[in-house]
Amino acid sequence: MSLRPDLRLIANWIVPGTRVLDLGCGDGALLAHLRDEQQCRGYGVEIDDAYVLECIKRRVNVIQSDLDAGLRMFSDDMFDTIVLSQTLQAMHRVEDVLRDMSRVASHGIVSFPNFGHWRHALSLLGGHMPVTKTIPYQWYDTPNIHLCTPKDFEILAAKLGFSITHRSLLVEGQLVSVLPNLRATLAMYRFDMR
Amino acid sequence: MSKIGSVGIVAPKSMHFDTPLRLASGAQIGGYSLMYETYGELNAARSNAVLICHALNASHHVAGVYADQPKNIGWWDNMVGPGKPVDTNRFFVIGVNNLGSCFGSTGPMSINPATAEPYGASFPVVTCEDWVDAQVRLADALGIARWAAVMGGSLGGMQALSWSIRYPQRIAHCVAIATTPKLSAQNIAFNDVARTAIQGDPDFHGGNYYARGVVPRRGLRVARMIGHITYLSGDDMAEKFGRAMKADDYAFGYGIEFEIESYLRYQGDKFAEYFDANTYLLITRVLDYFDPARTTGGNLRLALAPATAKFLLASFTTDWRFTPARSREIVEALIANDRDVTYAEIDAPHGHDAFLLDDPRYHAAVAAYFDNIGREVGI
Repeated sequence: MSLRPDLRLIANWIVPGTRVLDLGCGDGALLAHLRDEQQCRGYGVEIDDAYVLECIKRRVNVIQSDLDAGLRMFSDDMFDTIVLSQTLQAMHRVEDVLRDMSRVASHGIVSFPNFGHWRHALSLLGGHMPVTKTIPYQWYDTPNIHLCTPKDFEILAAKLGFSITHRSLLVEGQLVSVLPNLRATLAMYRFDMR
Repeated sequence: MSKIGSVGIVAPKSMHFDTPLRLASGAQIGGYSLMYETYGELNAARSNAVLICHALNASHHVAGVYADQPKNIGWWDNMVGPGKPVDTNRFFVIGVNNLGSCFGSTGPMSINPATAEPYGASFPVVTCEDWVDAQVRLADALGIARWAAVMGGSLGGMQALSWSIRYPQRIAHCVAIATTPKLSAQNIAFNDVARTAIQGDPDFHGGNYYARGVVPRRGLRVARMIGHITYLSGDDMAEKFGRAMKADDYAFGYGIEFEIESYLRYQGDKFAEYFDANTYLLITRVLDYFDPARTTGGNLRLALAPATAKFLLASFTTDWRFTPARSREIVEALIANDRDVTYAEIDAPHGHDAFLLDDPRYHAAVAAYFDNIGREVGI
């Protein structure tokens, strides 16, 4: 089964044979790929019933929980890497969760929709909250409560003492090198937490 | 041929074991019988056997009906059968009635060969672990060296956990639904109210009521009523009964006026007709005593350390008897032991009883999990 391009990039940042926690693991595709192709062991945390069922079908160890409670179920230093794939923007206590991640793992990988995309800016100039392919919600029904730009995330990472080792800014799964902060729809970071 | 979706007509069997069984209390029971039923076919590799463990008031009659009792449907018939989550077209499923129960296995109602009288109050107190030890002999006799899965809800889930700890090499998957690693003070308190009601019934006679030809029905009725309240969620009860009354107005008396009263009395009366009071005492004690971490200084992770099975746990958000938090304790301990574990927390409205109902998300999760087990054993 072919992995979504952004998940493939995440997989490339994960050392084979290591232990991974995927917070907001969705249908479990990344964990299944890491297990089958990179001999990684891990768990996923997911709240959505339909996704949990998909994880079971993929034989992925999935814990049905919200992310805050989910992270607390794991003990110190259990994992090499924690993945937060397009999850950050929907979390209530972003800073607390990021801080607690460093308790459980030494590396973090985070991806999120880039709110600084030029289309979003244009929408705002036109007087409207942006509704695009990456954030396809109206302001009143969006699960995305903590949207940010790459620069914003880098400031928070620095505040938490995380050192960023890799950064990719993407459009449709392809790397963007010219004006990435304006043109990328998805931002991805890998960082050391200690 | 059985109908699609049901195992159809089934027949219970009994197996006798001559070798005495040493119990956790230090006592032993000299020879015993267990009632059981089987559904589906054991494959040539003997790798597709699933043990279903019952909870407080159920039995070996898990699925199907009896030829002479077409309305006596097995207690987990929605879970076990052809094309059902535990698919009897693929798995060989066994339901067993535990030691001390009152559905034909050796228990307080049985004749004690030493005295030629019913055991009554002299039947030894047993534990969840004793039950599992007794079940092991049934597995041996049926030629099942390793279960594809041991599965149960509530007290049945405790037995599945016990299997994983005591006989790790004999269980590939442990499926424990709506269960807990140990009862809370509140859980024990409810059990004590039930036991007090039974023991205080003038017809109880210290547990030796059989010879007198009486049954402590009033006590059993109250025991069942209190139990039943803990199986339902408050919302569920409010929705089903609310403050609905049988008559239009208050009767200004103490009879049965509210629908909930009528329902609970009916449940109590029905239960008192078929359930044995001594068994109720015994099984509530099995519940109270279950605490695998008791031998590891309260450390559940250490208690579960011997377990090598893969685990599926599920709980229900409105279950206030064994809350999701209790299942999460087990999940956390298993994760800390680096075990394969899947945990589904189902947002169902029906309280503890939800494990017996057919919420589609719950059944889909169990079906998908058993489908994987089937693939693992090549069926």
